[in-house]
Formats: sequence, structure tokens, C-alpha cells
Amino acid sequence: MADISISNLVKTYPGGTERATDDVSLEIADGDFTVLLGPSGCGKTTLLRMLAGLELPDSGSISIGGRDVTYLPPNKRNISMVFQSYAVFPHRSVRYNIGFGLQMAKMPKSDIEKKVQWAAELLQLGPYLDRLPAQLSGGQRQRVAVARAIVVDADVLLMDEPLSNLDALLRLNFRSELKKIVQDLGTTTVYVTHDQSEALSLGDQVAVMRKGRIAQLGGPLDVYDAPSDRFVGGFIGSPPMNFIDAAVTADGDTLVVGDQKLMAPSLLRSFKASDIVLGVRAENVAVGTQRSSGDIAATVLVVEPMGSTVLLTVDVEGQTLKVQAPPTFRTAPHQTIWLSFSPNTMRFYDRETSMALEAK
Amino acid sequence: MTETTVDTAPLKRQKRNRVLLQLSCIAISLFMLIPIYLISLAALSTRESLNRFPLSLLPTSFSFETLAAFLGSTGVFGALGNSLIVGVGTLLLSAVIGVPAGYALARFAFPGKEPYQLFLLFTRALPIVVLSVPLARLFLTVDIYDTTYGVILLHTALALPTTILISASVFLGVPQDVEEAARVFGCSPLGAFMRVVMPMALPGIAAASIFTFVMSWNEVLGASILTLDHRTLPAQVLTSLADSPLAYRFAGGFALVIPSIIFIALMRRYLTNMWGSTIR
Repeated sequence: MADISISNLVKTYPGGTERATDDVSLEIADGDFTVLLGPSGCGKTTLLRMLAGLELPDSGSISIGGRDVTYLPPNKRNISMVFQSYAVFPHRSVRYNIGFGLQMAKMPKSDIEKKVQWAAELLQLGPYLDRLPAQLSGGQRQRVAVARAIVVDADVLLMDEPLSNLDALLRLNFRSELKKIVQDLGTTTVYVTHDQSEALSLGDQVAVMRKGRIAQLGGPLDVYDAPSDRFVGGFIGSPPMNFIDAAVTADGDTLVVGDQKLMAPSLLRSFKASDIVLGVRAENVAVGTQRSSGDIAATVLVVEPMGSTVLLTVDVEGQTLKVQAPPTFRTAPHQTIWLSFSPNTMRFYDRETSMALEAK
Repeated sequence: MTETTVDTAPLKRQKRNRVLLQLSCIAISLFMLIPIYLISLAALSTRESLNRFPLSLLPTSFSFETLAAFLGSTGVFGALGNSLIVGVGTLLLSAVIGVPAGYALARFAFPGKEPYQLFLLFTRALPIVVLSVPLARLFLTVDIYDTTYGVILLHTALALPTTILISASVFLGVPQDVEEAARVFGCSPLGAFMRVVMPMALPGIAAASIFTFVMSWNEVLGASILTLDHRTLPAQVLTSLADSPLAYRFAGGFALVIPSIIFIALMRRYLTNMWGSTIR
């Protein structure tokens, strides 16, 4: 176990012009579970591969447990890794696969056997130890890959989208199982995913990446509740955060959306008479069929019952919003409903830079 | 209620196509097998029965007499040994050079990769005679003319393009992340190659080596130009063909065919393995 310190890491792939990681710095505390989250091509996998030593950075440094490993080969870093495509050795038995790292570390045979048994027990692979990977299902193969990664006493455990090749139900089950295993181990873990629900559910901290940079780093709830820019808000959450063009009046007390008015929170006093973007999550908008003060009128476009909620797509002054209503809420397209926003769930963004507005 | 009429024509067509497929498989197999059968028959018959008319198509007078005479004749036994030495030597040398080259082609992007792959095939575009005559001169000056080494060198040059291209495609079939997993879990680059990549690639490499061996075993022209006294079997048979009896020719043909067949039979398991694993 060890902490990780990444500073000013730059990597450009040969032949490419854009930086895969652009001056990334990141501190990961000992025992932390950090998730790198982002759309494909954002540099999250490149960052992980540089941690593993499978890619070498152009500049910057990586240290694990205070030891500089920037240009060290993978086998000298004391790390372990779970790959997206499992990457189990198809020509060897499950037992050999799990014990591979220990065998490479020249551990005595009896100790290897003990550890392999322990890992197999933990991941419910006991009956399959003498099978070849080809005789296992995809989920079991991924279990082998996880077992192989946890038996070695690595400083850092790296996971590259380990659940993305599993089917939806299996993914959900294995996700909580994985979280428990990693929690019990207490190993510093870096986990790459493009699935925001995975990131939120697993991570102690989430680094949202975009175009080779970390757009926001924070706890899962912080990242969800207070996105630092429009990209993060739009990427995390299902449905993504709503963004509405609005304007602050000259006195700073009122927010104008089209022809309708909203109470402006005190934060906006510093942004008198300016055009801004209002960001709000679907579940933070209360809907009603009766007007109460401070509400905005909206026209229903689409009604999607989701079981636990009803997802409404509505039109407010020519802008489209997604809002969540309780399952008992009855409405139909073309009807007018009333939306109310609570001040502490509204987020505000600069129209030009897309960055979150902060009180001056 | 009216009964719906089912159009069974597509089903019939499917059945007919299956029969046609089977028939063409049989026809192709016969095309390959009949000459082998006739040669074997002739080689294993007595000398007199060959001259009989009409020729019996069933093995009526089985004997090793002809074959024994062929093997006993001067030079044949030595030539057989030479052929084996050259075949195995070519196989080893082309594997030592070609497999790493194939690995490089499969794993690394380097400038001129496409032209290089095309250029590889140019060796085969030159007629063997055009290659062999200058080689013979060269081998004379460096004093390896009329040795099995010289023939091994020529055959390796001829076999390398296929060895490289086949092993490149084999290595492409070994996922990169399996190799990376080996690296992460403590292997050096060479260790990862030996422990993980090579075992996975072996069936394909074995297939490549079959082609190499059979190519070397069958190659006549270059071998007869580059040797005088140390001929490989095909070269030996070819030179003595004109002034040898009919039985000798059949026995020679038989002796040439058999080792290739045995070799392919031994390697067949790996061949189907390779195709089973690359065609998913």
C-alpha cells in the first residue's frame, strides 16, 4: 500500500498532435479508491497505463509510495492490474492464472497455493481452479482476473474498465462485490471507467477527465451536486443536468428565463445584469399542476414512466428540460405544468467559459 | 379455413447445395488422392506387374522390391539424409529469423512497414534460377558450394517471406493485453514473450514451419544448381530420371511424397488449432 503522486504528466502519442494527457497532476492518498471518469478519448486510460508503466510519459513524474517510478518498467513497480478484456492467460489453468504474479515473485509453492485458495474462495472460483479460461463464462473470467490482481501484495491496484464487458445485471452485482473486496483489502486503487454510475458508486474520490485534463476532482456527491463546469454536469447523472439560459436583472434579485421570473439566490448579487446559465438536476425540480408563487410554466413534450419515477421532457420558453416527477404524477403531452426550483439546488455557470460562478 | 401452401423451394435448394458441396469436396479429394494412390501402388508393386497390361488398379502383387531397389541405389540414401538436414535446417533458421520479424511486424508501428511487407514478397517474384546462378558463384568463392549449408541458406531465403507473414498474423491473434498482464505481474519483456506469447502462438508457428519444411523438401531447381555431390532427394531423383527404369521413377516419387504427408499429418493438430483459434 502506498500513496500516488502524479505531477504535470504530459503524453502525446506518436503521430498524434493532441495531448492524450495534458499536464495532469493528481494526488491519491494511501488506501484511497480513486475513479478516473470521462468519455472515450479523454485520456483516462492513458493516465492509468502510465501508472502501470505500459506507456511512458513525455514529461512530468509519477511516484508511488514516495518512490519515483515515472520511467520504470511495469514489472519493477509493484502494481497489479485488472484489464477490460480480462487478459487471462488462455493456455493455462485458472490456478496458474491466479498464482502467476506470486510465481513471478518467486514465492514458495505452498504459500502460493494458500493464497490462490484464499482468492478463489473470495471470488467463488473454488470449483473451477483446474479449468482452462475457455471453459468459464465471461463473468467468471473477470473473477479470475480480479483474483490474479488481488493475490499479489501490490502497492497499487489498477483497474481498466473491469466491468464494461459484463452484462448489465452481472455488472451491478459484481460492482458491489468488487467494492467490498477492495474495501477489505485497503489497497490504493485507481479505477478507470466511462460509466458515471460506476464512478459515483465506487469511488472515494472521482476525477472527471476531459480532453486530457482533469475537469473536476472531488467526492462522488460533490461532483454530482456541484459540477465545476457544464461539461461535468452534462456528463454525470442520468438524465444529465439541465442547463437553461437565463439573465440576472440589474438589481441582482431576479432571474429571468424568457418572459418568466425566478427568485435569484444571494450568490447572483455579484453578477448583476449579466447573462448566465442555470444548471439544475432533474430530481431537484418540483412539478405541480397548480401554480404557486415563484413557479415557472412549462409545456409537457414527452412523458416517460420509469417505474420509480416519471421522466418528463418539458419546454420552458423554447428551452428543453428533463424533470423527474413522482410515479403518481399524471400528465400528458401539451399540458401545462408548473416547475419550482429550490435556491440551494440551483447551480450557475458563465455563459462564455462554462465555468461555475462563485460569489465574488 | 384454407390451408396455407408452404413454398419448400428454398429448403430443397439448401439440400441440393449441400449435396453439391459434398460432391465437389469428394472430387477435389480424388484429384489429390488418385495420383498419390497410383504412385504408391506402382512403388509397392513388383517390377513385372508394372509392365503387365492392363494395369491392375488394386494392389495385387504387393512387394517392397522396387522400393528397396530404389533406396539401395547409389546416392539415394545420402540424398534422403541431405533432404532431411536441409528441411530441418531451413525450418530452424527461418524460424530463428522469421518469428522475431513477424513479431515486430505484428506489434510495432514503424516507418516503411507497408513497403517492407510488400518487399518481402519480391523474393518470391524472382525465378529461382535467377537467384541460384549468382548464388552459386558467390557460394563458390566463400567455399560453401555443394554443401547442405548453401541449400539451407537458399531455402531459408525462399521460406522467410511466408514464415514472416504467417507468424505476423499469428502474433496479431495474441491479444496485446495478455502480454501486458504478464508484464504487470512481474515478467521481463523476454519473460512475457516466452511464458505467455510464445505458447499461445506456437500452433500458428508450427503451421508456418510445415510450409517451410514442405517447400524445402519439394524444391528442386535451386538445390540442383547449388550442389553436385550433396544433392537433396528431389534433385537427385531429377538428375537420374532420364536414364532410370520406370519402377525407379515411381519409387522416387513415392519417397518424395511420403515425408511431406507424414509431416503434415503430425502438424495437422496444430493447423486446425490455429484456424480454430483465429477464426471465431
